[in-house]
Amino acid sequence: MKKKKLTLPHGIPGHNLSQIDREVHIDEPPAWPINDKLQHVGKRVKRNDAEAKVTGNAKYTSDMQLPGMLIGRMLRSPYPHAKIRSVNTEKAENYPGVYAIHVFSRAFGMAQPADNDKENQFPEIKYAGQPIAGVAARDAETAEEALKLIEIDYETFPFVVTVEDALKPEAPLVFTTNVEQEDKGGGGGGAKGLKTQGNLRGPNTASFYGGPRGDLEKGFSEADVVLENTYRTQVHTHCPLETHGVVVDWKPDFVTIYASSQNTTSVRNEFAEVFDLPMSKVRVITEYMGGGFGAKHALGNFGVMAGHLSKKSGRPVKLMLDRKEEHISAGNRPNSIHVLKVGAKKDGKLTALQQKSHGTAGVGLGAGVGRIAQAMYECPNFSTEQYDVFTHAGPGAAWRAPGNVQGAFALEQLMDELAEKLDIDPLDLRDVIDKSEIRKVERLRGAEKFDWKRRNKPGSDKGPVKKGIGMAQSHWPRITGINASVEVRAFRDGAVEVRSAVQDIGTGTKTILAQVVAEELGLKPEDITIRIGDTLFPDAPGSGGSQVTGSITPPARNAAYKLKMQLLEQVAEGWELEAEELDVADQKIFAKNDPSKSIAFKEALGNMRTGQLLTSASRSDDYGGFMVGKSISYGELGSVQFAEVTVDTETGYVKVDRIVAVHSCGRPLNITQLESQINGGVIQGISYALYEYRVMDKNTGHQMNANLDMYKVPFAFEVPEIETVLVEEYSARSSTDAFGIGEPANIATAAAVANAVYNATGVRFYEAPITPKRVLEALNNL
Amino acid sequence: MNKFSWYQASSVEEALKAVNSTVSESLTAKPGTGAVFKSGGIDVLDLMKEGLLQPEMIVNIREIPGLDSIEDTADGGLKIGANATLAEMMENEKIKQNYQALYQSLNHAATPQLRNMASLGGNLAQRTRCWYFRSIDHQCFRKGGSTCFAKNGMNEFHSILKNGMCSSVHSSSISTALMAFDAKVEITGSKGKQRLVDLDDFFILPGDDPSRENILRSDELIAAVILPKISSDTKSIYKKQGARESYDWALADVAIVADVKSGKCSKATMALGAAAPVPLRIQYAADMLVNEKIDENIAKEVAEAAMERATPLEHNAYKVPLFKALIKRSVLQLA
Repeated sequence: MKKKKLTLPHGIPGHNLSQIDREVHIDEPPAWPINDKLQHVGKRVKRNDAEAKVTGNAKYTSDMQLPGMLIGRMLRSPYPHAKIRSVNTEKAENYPGVYAIHVFSRAFGMAQPADNDKENQFPEIKYAGQPIAGVAARDAETAEEALKLIEIDYETFPFVVTVEDALKPEAPLVFTTNVEQEDKGGGGGGAKGLKTQGNLRGPNTASFYGGPRGDLEKGFSEADVVLENTYRTQVHTHCPLETHGVVVDWKPDFVTIYASSQNTTSVRNEFAEVFDLPMSKVRVITEYMGGGFGAKHALGNFGVMAGHLSKKSGRPVKLMLDRKEEHISAGNRPNSIHVLKVGAKKDGKLTALQQKSHGTAGVGLGAGVGRIAQAMYECPNFSTEQYDVFTHAGPGAAWRAPGNVQGAFALEQLMDELAEKLDIDPLDLRDVIDKSEIRKVERLRGAEKFDWKRRNKPGSDKGPVKKGIGMAQSHWPRITGINASVEVRAFRDGAVEVRSAVQDIGTGTKTILAQVVAEELGLKPEDITIRIGDTLFPDAPGSGGSQVTGSITPPARNAAYKLKMQLLEQVAEGWELEAEELDVADQKIFAKNDPSKSIAFKEALGNMRTGQLLTSASRSDDYGGFMVGKSISYGELGSVQFAEVTVDTETGYVKVDRIVAVHSCGRPLNITQLESQINGGVIQGISYALYEYRVMDKNTGHQMNANLDMYKVPFAFEVPEIETVLVEEYSARSSTDAFGIGEPANIATAAAVANAVYNATGVRFYEAPITPKRVLEALNNL
Repeated sequence: MNKFSWYQASSVEEALKAVNSTVSESLTAKPGTGAVFKSGGIDVLDLMKEGLLQPEMIVNIREIPGLDSIEDTADGGLKIGANATLAEMMENEKIKQNYQALYQSLNHAATPQLRNMASLGGNLAQRTRCWYFRSIDHQCFRKGGSTCFAKNGMNEFHSILKNGMCSSVHSSSISTALMAFDAKVEITGSKGKQRLVDLDDFFILPGDDPSRENILRSDELIAAVILPKISSDTKSIYKKQGARESYDWALADVAIVADVKSGKCSKATMALGAAAPVPLRIQYAADMLVNEKIDENIAKEVAEAAMERATPLEHNAYKVPLFKALIKRSVLQLA
């Protein structure tokens, strides 16, 4: 590989900014300076699709209307555990307006036995709401009427829906053999090859940070203080505004799928696999995305069903889940029962950290409490055992920082308690145990903005309505997808277009791509046409792991740089100069040393030899190499959040008054969009801390609050004042040196709120959400 | 949702002729039969979307002229037409000035958008939000089944009083306030026959008939709610606590209406919502206020007394201290 040396900014402006030399591939563009020397990157650039969205012109999957399109609906099991003896679809088939019926012969979207049971004609029912069959009809009402005419003979069995019950020796079993669940493009799944005993699978004892370290026993024996608590978190369902769904248009030679998806590429791959088609004959389009928080990576059983129905009917079929289906079957954040034990010296230094957790992803895999206890603090002796517990409930899925939100709720409350026990301020304790330079700066800047100094002793307020403040930290790795490619095209009329399969999950990927390419070409972001969310364009990673920005903006810049150099060569030739002697700015190309030589970018394109220029680039390896494989970059996305709450100790109601969220994501690309994303993460974190939880009826196996009436998502009054502080951090890892923020924004909030509630009341809440019920039970010894 | 026919009623007479079933009756009837009323359509639509209600016909009473008027009564009270929306009630100056607890209950009900559609009559006649009742997969007492799933199930939002048979709570928080004002319900039957009943008697307990939550028969329509005149000493307080502040049902709500002069109470009524399968008057506790000076002690005593008969279930014992807190604060606010 031909290399060159780049000198890049390194460190935190205002703290330790310096420069670093990196050997990089010869094709890499020159280093960008820090943001205050750039024109579009790092600025508050308006979303390029804002107008389309607010005027309703943006067409989401659920808006799609195709000629001859049918509506698909699915029949779901009313029983949580059953065998299907027979299915009779005759009456439904004859119902007027019905065009196709399909009955599943295998289950999708859940853990699968390692040796797939091919004996049975129908998959076993393992949760109430599991789809069995589907109908495509001229409208939803007809489809629903037809579903009622499908006759199913069930043999029902005992079931279990809580972790505690599932672990009892006599518990009904969800799976009777070892199971695995494939990670569909970042959408969850569990550690591979673990044994299942009863309903228990695991333990998982390692992550990409390694396995256990040191000697726990020795660590605890060296400790001056040992604390151990059990923390519990709830099952959190997936409530995007737009539910899961697809429109599948199966034509004899080509299938087009409109998908409300976080991952166009993986949906294409999965569809091609399930229907045994070449990937080149499947096109997936996600032009606008109505929200996804981790559960929208896979094709899903609804996508498979829509595929069959479209294939059978020869018409496009739209199958969008309704809200109840979304709650029950579309993926959730598993719960956790998390025992965490810490040993520490008087000065705060940790000597041992032991973690054991059980959680249920229902019929799926992926319960666990993440890597945060393993990775965030210095502690020589550490072990973790994380178990999946199967229950007869809808499958878990990735959910905004899988495991880590549960993990932080425990770890950061335990650190708060440790600080109190050692009589050290929680921020000072972190200074002792946290080696992260970025979080150190975040603590400093956050404490000042929040005015942390005013913190009183727990339960200081005299009246029944008490104020409290608390803080918590988060850790998240820098995940990078190298299967990330971008094309840039420039046309003779001056138009510039960026193309990639990457989807904009709603966070503003379209806008940052325009910013990066405009910066490189000396154009304005609004001059760049962004065509993404379509697998006809080059592959890109899913919107998961907070990886999109770090994965897709470097190839976007590199492709634009290549295109620029091709154009500059053509211009330079006319001026009898070398391309390197030219530069771009303000929509112009000019000779660096001769101001008289200048041409408008558009004019230069008009003069080019071909009708268009086309370049592409794929994600290069990180400058300086990856930390793990080709997927985890060095550095991290840490944050510190501060919360201020009011607790009414007589009504039990907790209100969050203010959050200060201090975050870093390398080089920030668009400040407004970052703030929006942090706001969203904070609001979801508050909701996790105080409001949302799935209610399963242990007697009948149904989710009782599968709607937005009884499942409490936050509305306007629940949203506090949220202030964000962004800390720029340069680490010289790629041509943009930028990373994402989606997941880190959501990790620390619940723990910060819980610590603030403790500070207000002097009573520790070990279980989320902290509802009036829980507060009153604790304060009244009920 | 099933397909249905639509009947546009232009008079009460026409409406009563077209209808042949209460919503409650329709829930246990053969799917695709029966004609039921709809005004704002909030609850009817929800029940239909859940597949619980599958009528043959919807009789729209929303456009009936005059049924939405709000006017003074001859004796100085207020008559509110059943078709008046919650939003229209909130705009009424007399409600705002004289019936403050009612105004507060309106202000905390649902969302502004829902209040623009929801009618007073529909609010009184709505069915419980008990999640077993609302589930197509649970045939409970109220839907002709033989059990109450909440009793030994997930009952944190359920009743703590009079919960022997069915532990649902009535969902109308407007009724909590109306009951404390001693409101009456005017009901029109076939051939224009009218009857006037106390709001207390409008609601019925599951023990009397689990399939219904009120006395309405299939040939009757709520015409209006009548509020008696209040005195210049009347104070009214309404407090509600939900699981969240925005748009939520009550975990507990309390209304107290009392005549108070110079800090001393001469007459009081109190009603609790989300405590029992019906909005519940707790008169014996309110009576403790009579001839008392309003202070912390009496407030606590009333709160304790109001909850002394509570029989909480496995997951809702928290409602007892919650009601006590709301009652105590309401009483203190009378001073």
